[in-house]
This record gives sequence, structure tokens and C-alpha cells, in this order.
Amino acid sequence: MLSIRNLHVAVEGKEILCGLDLEIATGELHAIMGPNGSGKSTLAYVLAGREGYDVTAGEIVFRGKNLLELAPEERAGDGIFLAFQYPVEIPGVSTMAFLKTSVNSVRRYRDEKEIGAVEFLKLIRAKAKQLKMDEKLLQRAVNVGFSGGEKKRNEILQMALLEPRLAVLDETDSGLDIDALKIVADGVNAMRSPERSTLVITHYQRLLGYIVPDRVHVLAQGRIVADGGKELALELEEKGYAMLGLDDGEAAARETAA
Amino acid sequence: MTMASETATMAPYLDRFAAIGPSLPGAASPWLAALRHDAIERFKETGFPTPRVEAWKYTDLRRMLRTEFAPAPNSPAALAAPQLDPWLLAGPRHLLVFVDGVFAPAHSAIGTLPPGVRLEPLGAVLAADPAALEQHLGRVVGLKTAATASLNTAFMGDGAVLRLDPGAMIEHPVQLLFVSTGGASTVAYPRNLVVAGEGSRATIVETYAGIEASAGWTNAVTEITVGPGAALQHFKLQQSAAESYHTGLTRVRIERDGAYTSFVMSTGARLARNEIGVVIAGDGAECHLNGAYALRGRQHADNTTVVEHIGAHCNSRQVYKGVVDERARAVFQGTVVVHPGAQGTNAHQLNRNLLLSPNARADSKPELIIHADDVKCSHGATVGDLDADAMFYLRARGINPAEARALLIEAFIGELFDDVAQPAVKARLAELLAAWLDRRPALEAAA
Repeated sequence: MLSIRNLHVAVEGKEILCGLDLEIATGELHAIMGPNGSGKSTLAYVLAGREGYDVTAGEIVFRGKNLLELAPEERAGDGIFLAFQYPVEIPGVSTMAFLKTSVNSVRRYRDEKEIGAVEFLKLIRAKAKQLKMDEKLLQRAVNVGFSGGEKKRNEILQMALLEPRLAVLDETDSGLDIDALKIVADGVNAMRSPERSTLVITHYQRLLGYIVPDRVHVLAQGRIVADGGKELALELEEKGYAMLGLDDGEAAARETAA
Repeated sequence: MTMASETATMAPYLDRFAAIGPSLPGAASPWLAALRHDAIERFKETGFPTPRVEAWKYTDLRRMLRTEFAPAPNSPAALAAPQLDPWLLAGPRHLLVFVDGVFAPAHSAIGTLPPGVRLEPLGAVLAADPAALEQHLGRVVGLKTAATASLNTAFMGDGAVLRLDPGAMIEHPVQLLFVSTGGASTVAYPRNLVVAGEGSRATIVETYAGIEASAGWTNAVTEITVGPGAALQHFKLQQSAAESYHTGLTRVRIERDGAYTSFVMSTGARLARNEIGVVIAGDGAECHLNGAYALRGRQHADNTTVVEHIGAHCNSRQVYKGVVDERARAVFQGTVVVHPGAQGTNAHQLNRNLLLSPNARADSKPELIIHADDVKCSHGATVGDLDADAMFYLRARGINPAEARALLIEAFIGELFDDVAQPAVKARLAELLAAWLDRRPALEAAA
């Protein structure tokens, strides 16, 4: 599904990722953990195609395509979905209109039939109900006046509507209380399938108690420094990043954030 | 004091006035002849404005004035009714159509008016009963205007006259459609007069449009009196043909407890100036001036407002928003004057611009002149480009850049339409914006 080799990424001339390798097979759910400033969000943005992230070396192959040649909207069409750590507020654009435009843009890209207004309404009501989202939110402007939890649920709603092949969840658990966390985790788990891969980026082990990963990777100083099964996350939670010989600064940063 | 080159620019207009002045509608009325005479004298005195004149600092008419404009032939060119369709409001309306400044009865449909409402072409009123307008015509505009408006007063011959008796109410909008068909050297001087008696209510939609090939100059003046407790909604849709010129002055006087709401949507013309001057004369009056503009190519659009607070406890609010693309230029000049005695004034003004190209330009010049002490006044101006975070978010959801931009622009401008109460007008405004967005050139797939 996704193959990242020797990825180097610089932001404003500063190298953030320096030789990252990652393989995610179809149907697998991987977690990337790491201290603050290790480059986790940079990886998420590079996968989605954000401007200002310069790939200076390495490659990303997604389902046989060179991902780096694709514009963000093409990546979305091909099946990459990024659940944003900080979903963007867009005043004046109704959530409903946004979602419909998004779904039909992706459908057009995939040579699928566009969805009509009535059918869309049915679909979105069903999905919103699963995520226990108030339907009134859909009438509001995109993410405007949404609580932190509502924003994250809105991301998962979009994921459910766009049916990606690779979902990248960037700190989806941050700012969620335990009930919201469970709802979001249920939403993610409901999407798991042998055809779909997921990359969960998180600071804390907490989320991985609800979304159980097949593989766990530790990102530090711009590269993967440890790999393991789901037990690696628990071990990290217990012993801290120091067990991997990471410098105290990063470990301290993690403690502060926690 | 005018300079030699300006005198040369003025000469054709003075000659024209000498030639056709005596045959203009109502010329036999001494008061009207005097009004026109004073206006042409004022024009002679001031000459056309140059950028040296503060109020015209950003809008230079000299290129336009290289053409010697003359009135279009005095019979409306043949225009097939379906050609008007794109400019007409949907649903019930009272329609007056003017072709090259002259009333076109065949295209008009005034319909049945409620009691106490008179809606007529100015030419007909001046021919039949000029005395009826003596108390109103030119009285709100006054003589101290820029040369463009002076010329309108000198040459005015047709337009719409709407008179509302005290308490009269019109449910459906009155649409005044001014269509240009003329070539590059024609000028039309539409002149509208609205007198809204005490407690009356009406909605007026002025539309300025032209067939694609029209390239002349429309130099319009609309003068309005909003009587005590009267409420007037006034829309101006400036969608003139791409190579044409538009200068328009709206002057309004609001009496005690009156309410005047204006919405100017400006998407047309090579060069457009939409000037509004409001005198809030009575106490407890309301004035809302809203505007939207969407420009591209080498278009230039100037929105200039002057709001004078004379009455006490009045509110004025102005919100102008626009998008400027390619090499186009937008100008907003807003002046609020609070006169001594206008206590309890609330005056707010906001101008926001979205620049879509590095060559686009927006100038914003707010000015507050306050001579009273118990007032609340504010102004703000912003110039920015599309929110990069929002663009990326939309694109990350599969939406292509052109559509993402359109969504954001629609949201930015469309906010102004939310307060428009008349569904037909609201729909028209949204259509105008959508049409502008559709015409946008294809954008690069990836920025």
C-alpha cells in the first residue's frame, strides 16, 4: 500500500525528516509514536501534499504511484485521507455543502457516479448518527463554533464519507475526553478492512488501547528508531522514551506535554 | 481655474449643451432651465476631476476622456426582448427599461401599482408636468458635485421618477434597467428621482447592463428623499459591458426615523465609480451601505461613500467587500462626518479585500471627521489573499484548486447577501457572483 524509503524533508531550510523508512501493507494498521518535535506531523503533511514541505531526498510510493508527483486533491482521489490534528475553520462555507463537494470531487476522480442531494442527505445522516454528531453541526460553517471533540468527529465523518485506502490520523486523540475518544475509536475501527490501511500518529499510548495497531514505530529525530508489535506502545508508556536511549530533552518534552 | 488641456476636453460638452440644451425635455420651465444652466456653469468652473482632486485621487478619468462622448441617437436601438432576460429579476416586479438612457415602453412592464404610488419615466413627467418636480429635482443632489454629476444635471432628459405618498407601500421590487447598446463614443445620462413620503416603503433595483459590444459611458445620478419613518431598500447592480465606462452618483437625504439601505454590486465596466452621498438629516434614522465587487482583467472599480450625520441618535453602518484578480484595481473611499449636534451617533465602516493575483490592487481610504462628543465611530480595512490553510484543507478533501477558491470567494462575499430580505434580489446577487466565478480562467492544477 505505502512504501516510504529514505525520506528527507526540510521545512524552511531546516531538515525535519532525515532518512525515514516505512512500509505499510494493505489491511494493516500502524502507529507512529514519538516525542514532540520528532517529525510526526511533518510526515502526515508530506503524505497529504502540503506546500512548504520540501522533499530533498527519498521516495514515497503509494499503490505503485509516485505520490510526490500528485497534487493534494489527486492524492485524496487516489485514496489518501489525512485527519487533521487541527481541523481548519472555514467561515461562510456550510459543512453540508463542503462535504457534498468533497465527496463528489473524489467520486469524479475515481470515475464513480456523483451522488445526488437526497441520497447524500440519507448517507450523511446515517454516518453522523454513528458518530453521535448533532445534525445541526452540518448546517454550520465548516468547523466554526465546533468544540475540539466535534472537530475531530467531523474529521472521522469525512473519512467515513470518502472511504480512503490509506487513512492517516494525526493526533486524533488530542483534546478528546474519554467518551469522545471511544466514539472516535469506534469510528476508526468500523472502517478497518482488509482493503484499507491506517496510520495512527500519536503522542500517547492511550488511543492505542482503543485502536489496536498491528505494528508500532517510534519516530525520533526524523527517523524511525524502533519497531515492534502493539506491546511496544505499552512498554514505551511504562518506561518512557529514555528506554530507547533518546536524549533527555525529548523525553522531558514528552513528560511536559503529558 | 482649469488648464488648457482640460478646457479642450470640456469644450465638446459645452458645445453640445449650447446646441441641444433648448430642446431637452422641460426646457421651457424657467426653474429647470436655471438648474441646467447652473450645472453647466459649475462644470465649466470645475472641469473634469483629475487625480489632484482628493475625492478622485485613485480614479483617473483622463484615459476615458480621450474619447469625446456624445449622446446616443435619441431612439432606442432595436433590442429583442429575450436579450434583456439575463438582467431581469425573477418573480413579480415593476419594470422600467431604458435603452441608451431613453425610456423603452415596449420593454417595460410597470404593472399595477398600489394606491399612492407613481412610477413614471422622467422624460414624460418633464414634458407633461415639470412643475410637479420643482421641489425635488436637483434639490438633494445640489450643485456642489463633481463634473460628472454636473453634466448629468445639465443633460438629464430621462430616467425613472418614483413618488410614494405618505404611507404608500410597494410589495414587489421596482426594477430600473438601463441597457447600453451604443458604441465607444456614446454617453447616456440616466437621472432617477425617488421621493418616499412619510412612512412609505419600497425596494428599488437599479441595474446597469449592456450588450456585449457596447463600449460607451453611462453617467447616472439618482437622488432620493427618505421621508420621516419611511424605509427604502436600494440595490444597484452594475454589470455593464466589459469595455464600457460607468460613473454613478446616488445622493440621499434621510429624514427623522427614516431608514435607507443600499447594496451596490459592481462586477462590470472597464472603469466604474459608484459614489453615494447620504445626509442623515433627521433624528433616529438608520443608514446601511453595503457593497460587493468582483474584478478582473484591467477593471477599475471605485466605491466612494460620504455619510453625513446631522440628526442625533442615528446609526450608519457600511460594509464593502471585494475580490480583485489579475491586474484589476479596487478603490474604497469612505468618509463619515459627524456634525456638531449629532449626539448619540453610531457610525461603523468596514472594507475587506481579497487579492487573487500579485498584480491586483486595492486601495482603501477610510476617513472619520467628528465634531460631536457623544459618538461611537469605527472603521477597518483589510487586504489579504485566500487563507492558505483553508485552501489546503479543501484540496486535501479532493476539491480542485479552482473549486476551492470559488468556495472561499463565495463564502467571503456571500456573507453580505445573508441580510438581503427580498428572495429575488438575493438570488440575483448570488447569480452575479456565480457568473463571475464561472468566468474565471482555468487555474493551474497545483500551485
